[in-house]
Amino acid sequence: MSTTEKERMPLVAALEVLRSLRDQQIVLTTMGAAREWPKLSQHALDLHYIPSAMGGAPPLGLGLALAKPKCEVIVINGDGAMLMNLGSLVTIVASGAMNLTVVVLDNGVYEVTGGQKTAAAAAHAPVDLAAMAAAAGIPSVRRYQDLETWRREAPQVVAMPGPRFIVLSVDPVAEYQLKSPGPMAQRLDAFRAALAGI
Amino acid sequence: MLVELGVTHVVWLPDSAIGQWEQAFENASQFSLVRVCREGEAWATAAGLHLGGMRPMVVIQNTGLFESGDAMRNVVFDLGLPLQAIVGYRSALVPNSSDSARHFTEPILKAWGLDYVTIRSPEELPRVVEHFRKCRTAAKPGVALVAEGSM
Repeated sequence: MSTTEKERMPLVAALEVLRSLRDQQIVLTTMGAAREWPKLSQHALDLHYIPSAMGGAPPLGLGLALAKPKCEVIVINGDGAMLMNLGSLVTIVASGAMNLTVVVLDNGVYEVTGGQKTAAAAAHAPVDLAAMAAAAGIPSVRRYQDLETWRREAPQVVAMPGPRFIVLSVDPVAEYQLKSPGPMAQRLDAFRAALAGI
Repeated sequence: MLVELGVTHVVWLPDSAIGQWEQAFENASQFSLVRVCREGEAWATAAGLHLGGMRPMVVIQNTGLFESGDAMRNVVFDLGLPLQAIVGYRSALVPNSSDSARHFTEPILKAWGLDYVTIRSPEELPRVVEHFRKCRTAAKPGVALVAEGSM
């Protein structure tokens, strides 16, 4: 469902659940996740996709998953970015990659531009990203609105057959500022070096 | 050609110029075919493959090149990845064509600063390998335009 009139969980707490389960997965963050994840995790296999092309994180993660089939890849995306590239759900399924999880932080707004509603949030009928993913053929799809349920079920969810698609309804962040964590060239060199070891 | 270049993945969305290669792509054992729904996905997927140590080739139409401009800009210029693409060149061989896709293709590649070759007949195909090898040596992106109707 869209995030306009429903329960939501705090963004950082929602991410903390994911971080607590993180082992040796590649984690690709973008949008709000790219701001918050580095505060929770400093890992050689983290790639904060800033600057990005909006909507590009799922296919970028797919490329990594295809290149490293023995490694799990987690993409933490925004709902606006997901809406911008819904076809990538079909591409993921068609590729046959099973080692990919797309997590969508659904807050109903474009935080980076000041919090304007997405078309889904403004729609008269609820928009269900999870149902879209299921319709695209993604075998393991879940949607969570409350933190306790997400926290309780997350260990099983991340172990479900891939590819996986998880929608987390989260609160928008009022004061938004997205900064690059450093020069991309240096970050990519470090990331490549980490990838070479797996 | 792609085998000669050591390509591991063809990331594509076909058009009438390059669509006839589908069977050959499907049958190739030396590389995998990744079908995307939108050309912007092709660049990002190729970027992930490249970061993971693979050697992808983006294969799209010139209209798809226009559509995917921001995705290409990001991975080639922000991420600095020397990705390579074969681009179908619609209407390239049509005399006095009014097709705007033809009109804008080369100016846009020049505007992006992408080094390219144009292939107008099968005899010119070896230039593709030569071009991409040169780009790879220079660690820069490259494009081969394949004229619709040339193969």
